[in-house]
Amino acid sequence: MSLIKETDYGTPASESENTVTLSIDGFEVTVPEGTSVMRAAMETGIQIPKLCATDMVDAFGSCRLCLVEIEGRRGTPSSCTTPAESGMVVQTQTGRLKDIRRGVMELYISDHPLDCLTCAANGDCELQDMAGAVGLRDVRYGYDGGNHVKQRDGGGEVNARFMPKDESNPYFTYDPSKCIVCSRCVRACEEVQGTFALTIEGRGFGSRVSPGMHESFLNSECVSCGACVQACPTATLQEKSVIEIGQPEHSVVTTCAYCGVGCSFKAEMRGQELVRMVPYKDGKANHGHSCVKGRFAYGYASHKDRILNPMIRERITDPWKEVSWDEALSFAANRLRAIQYEHGKESIGVITSSRCTNEETYLVQKLTRAVFLNNNTDTCARVCHSPTGYGLGQTFGTSAGTQDFDSVEQADVVLVIGANPTDGHPVFASRLKKRLRQGAKLIVVDPRRIDLVRTPHVSAAHHLALRPGTNVAVVTALAHVIVTEGLFDEEFIRTRCDWDEFQEYAEFVADVAHAPETVEALTGVPAAELRAAARLYARGGNGAIYYGLGVTEHSQGSTTVIGIANLAMLTGNIGRPGVGVNPLRGQNNVQGSCDMGSFPHELPGYRHVNNADVRDVFEEVWGVSISDEPGLRIPNMLDAAVEGTFKGLYCQGEDILQSDPDTKHVSAGLAAMDCVIVHDLFLNETSHYAHVFLPGSTFLEKDGTFTNAERRINRVRKVMAPKNGYADWEVTQLLANAMGGGWSYTHPSQIMDEIAATTPSFANVSYQLLEEKGSVQWPCNESTPVGSPVMHVDGFVRGKGRFIRTDYIATDEKTGPRFPLLLTTGRILSQYNVGAQTRRTENVVWHDEDILEIHPHDAETRGVKEGDWVKLVSRSGETSLRASLTDRVSPGVVYTTFHHPTTQANVITTDYSDWATNCPEYKVTAVQVSPSNGPTDWQEQYEEFSVRARRIEAAE
Amino acid sequence: MELQVPEMDVANRTAAIADGHLQDEGPLLPILHDVQRDFGCVPDAALRVIADKLNLSRAEVHGVMSFYHDFRQEPAGRHVLRICRAEACQSVGGEALAEGVRKALGIDWHETTPDGRITLEPVYCLGLCSCAPAAMFDDELHGRLDEAALADIVLEAGR
Repeated sequence: MSLIKETDYGTPASESENTVTLSIDGFEVTVPEGTSVMRAAMETGIQIPKLCATDMVDAFGSCRLCLVEIEGRRGTPSSCTTPAESGMVVQTQTGRLKDIRRGVMELYISDHPLDCLTCAANGDCELQDMAGAVGLRDVRYGYDGGNHVKQRDGGGEVNARFMPKDESNPYFTYDPSKCIVCSRCVRACEEVQGTFALTIEGRGFGSRVSPGMHESFLNSECVSCGACVQACPTATLQEKSVIEIGQPEHSVVTTCAYCGVGCSFKAEMRGQELVRMVPYKDGKANHGHSCVKGRFAYGYASHKDRILNPMIRERITDPWKEVSWDEALSFAANRLRAIQYEHGKESIGVITSSRCTNEETYLVQKLTRAVFLNNNTDTCARVCHSPTGYGLGQTFGTSAGTQDFDSVEQADVVLVIGANPTDGHPVFASRLKKRLRQGAKLIVVDPRRIDLVRTPHVSAAHHLALRPGTNVAVVTALAHVIVTEGLFDEEFIRTRCDWDEFQEYAEFVADVAHAPETVEALTGVPAAELRAAARLYARGGNGAIYYGLGVTEHSQGSTTVIGIANLAMLTGNIGRPGVGVNPLRGQNNVQGSCDMGSFPHELPGYRHVNNADVRDVFEEVWGVSISDEPGLRIPNMLDAAVEGTFKGLYCQGEDILQSDPDTKHVSAGLAAMDCVIVHDLFLNETSHYAHVFLPGSTFLEKDGTFTNAERRINRVRKVMAPKNGYADWEVTQLLANAMGGGWSYTHPSQIMDEIAATTPSFANVSYQLLEEKGSVQWPCNESTPVGSPVMHVDGFVRGKGRFIRTDYIATDEKTGPRFPLLLTTGRILSQYNVGAQTRRTENVVWHDEDILEIHPHDAETRGVKEGDWVKLVSRSGETSLRASLTDRVSPGVVYTTFHHPTTQANVITTDYSDWATNCPEYKVTAVQVSPSNGPTDWQEQYEEFSVRARRIEAAE
Repeated sequence: MELQVPEMDVANRTAAIADGHLQDEGPLLPILHDVQRDFGCVPDAALRVIADKLNLSRAEVHGVMSFYHDFRQEPAGRHVLRICRAEACQSVGGEALAEGVRKALGIDWHETTPDGRITLEPVYCLGLCSCAPAAMFDDELHGRLDEAALADIVLEAGR
């Protein structure tokens, strides 16, 4: 193992198909047209000295170090800004160039501290490298003149130019005294991240990097993605972890365990200590970019709250007792077997995790199917993207996003529905914003004015601010416009879809009942705006749809997904780069956990359990007979528990008490069980009702694979030994074996081999292939041996695309005099899901509590002011939190996040759910808001209960 | 020109100025000029409004504003005297002349006299090298200056 050093070509690659051939230092080199001389030189292995150039951002030409001489041209042009041309003869090292470069370096160093030995960038400093490269031996100007380096001059006078270090950001420091004003950070913030939080203030010698308007990093517009830190050639912007620990000595490429973008990272290590995470340029999803969570928020892995020893207790009112693995596993196995003996084999089940690896998820569903001998498996995708599975399955034939993320670079019109990419999927948002800055048009369908609607250099052509719960009406109205105005793609529909079904569907949507003018009163979306949006999507070139949980988490979630698929089929926006239907997955491995057969009715690969041929395949490998009865979904498990027929649950890496709707119902279900096994990093909220706690391992501590939202199977690699002793797949295997499973996997690659052998869409996947290719996108089998970036290219998976009618049926959750407002929920950039991980990192400086967003008009009529505590009451329950007044939400709509257990936003949400898949209706709850003095009685009782439930008995 | 403008006023007036330029190509500099004309400086509160109006980040607007020495963060005195410190003027005694004015006014570069009468700014070439040493008093250029001529100008500022 060694430190992976990625080649920096200095300028971005050119996409041109034409090539040019030139001579550099006597070597012939052929490169795509538009390639810089600097990059062309690097391709042949000649590294021209440089400071302001790096291949993540466009050439800038300011450092004057990369000068070259070109035959027939005057002067010494900078190689980063000079495009290679055919027949060019370039010299990169001449006497004249040497003198100039040395002179330039002298000037740089005359205003740079000479504390290299004690500097945090020592060993990773491009300024130091370049001083060496140009042969700097002396600085004739001395160090006494005007400078930014010294706090006081020789006479003890304060140096007005000196600026102290900015340590406000929890993860990195900004030391202006080390800055060489190369602008790499400013350009990374603009071009890569798209936030534009940095600038160069002043001019000439007075130029300095400034976050915002000469603000601290923390108070500025900075979103802490770290692109600037990565771009900085010196220690000016430096990770605090490197300052603390020192430079890493080896690195391992792995995959981020936060959102469904699935960014590739180099985990840079010193021994078993993680020094920093650096996004990997070869990562196909992120191409060297990251967000604040992936790059910096890994501190939870070594947080003091992490539980490292197994624990058991007789009753949930008892304190926990730390025991050996053997004792915990036999305790759990005996209880589960006893329950099955007494209440039948259907009385226990599992919940798989969308945060664990494919291999781990596969084992957990195998546990219930092959060891418990029932199909009682479900996963948190139930509560997020199950309607995607149903809707896309019905229309296209398979449940998956149709594109890779690179596809967005070719989109002309992007329709974002019920998703907030800048907060939920930040790296995708950066790529989307880049495309929008190039001129692509954006349509946002969301009740809230998300950042994308208007953010520096990006503004949506249309924002359809619909009333929560009216998605189907809006999507159907879009289709109405496309059909009645003749904007559909007849040729595509005739060749790729069923024409008769289309005609029936067209007749349905053409009904005036679905006209924008008719539904305007219902949806709150002005008809003219909606018509304009429909025309733009249908006729604006490549139209790509990206959607999130704002689509799925409704009583008609599946219908909206079907409506979205209809839109894509109507306009022929499917089956090529730049178009498609793309669900943005919330968690790192939601896609994978669905693929792996986590649902009670589906074996791996989305094949129904009543299909005997499929059962045969698994029965042969597993040596058991598999039940052909679909098992229980999460809400059914809880209902059955309350009724007394479901008694035992193994819940891996999932906090259903906090994340599932109607908290009181979840806790009643859990409390009624005899054996709840929680397998997690922390004593999460669900563990309050658990009898067995099995400590989990983090993504840094195991091998495996995650599948991201573009169906990309990425490798997760172990960079340190599990602090708890076992990787999660080993723990599941131990539990299975304690119950007589007789499993004998010694490495996750064997599990993947079993998956490949049993699941056609994974047939060609192996760790060896992943090692070779870096990653592959399923389907990966004989017909597509190295995976499929775009799906449905020559035909839909199901054959002909199927149009399905999308009748709008209002949710039963209605506003009324007692509950006049609609609550909708969402996420924020710095926190992730229930917050179990991010709340245990420094990310809390950005968001330390959930806040209720309320329109100033609604606030005024209730006497609520900015920052006041308010009580939020629904038909299900009540909680309290602080309010913030903003016109991001429309009057009548309030919004909050669900990252903090003290708020428990899900106490409020109801148990209404999607008609097809039971996906809960998180996004619409009728509520009332009133001023309050602080936490409600329920919150205080829950806090007390939590403290009691987390007691651990002192070791004897 | 007022010395103290309430922040709300700054925001409203800046918004009105910006609205008048939204259709222009490259509207940022014309807006900054108009704001400075209105308030005598470009207050931070104005920058926030401009950023919002033009859909730019605060950083970008700050970067542009701070690049140009003529955009001020604080209002200047009633008059601004800019004395050229570039090479041609230096070669015919410009530096000594400037030194004299600084002594006479009792202030340094970029400072304003305590009575708010005059602000002293350096400038690097007024394009009047043939008539060096040169200075600019408010919007009026003066060439072939000597101590007496400069003293007259300063005196005039008192009125």
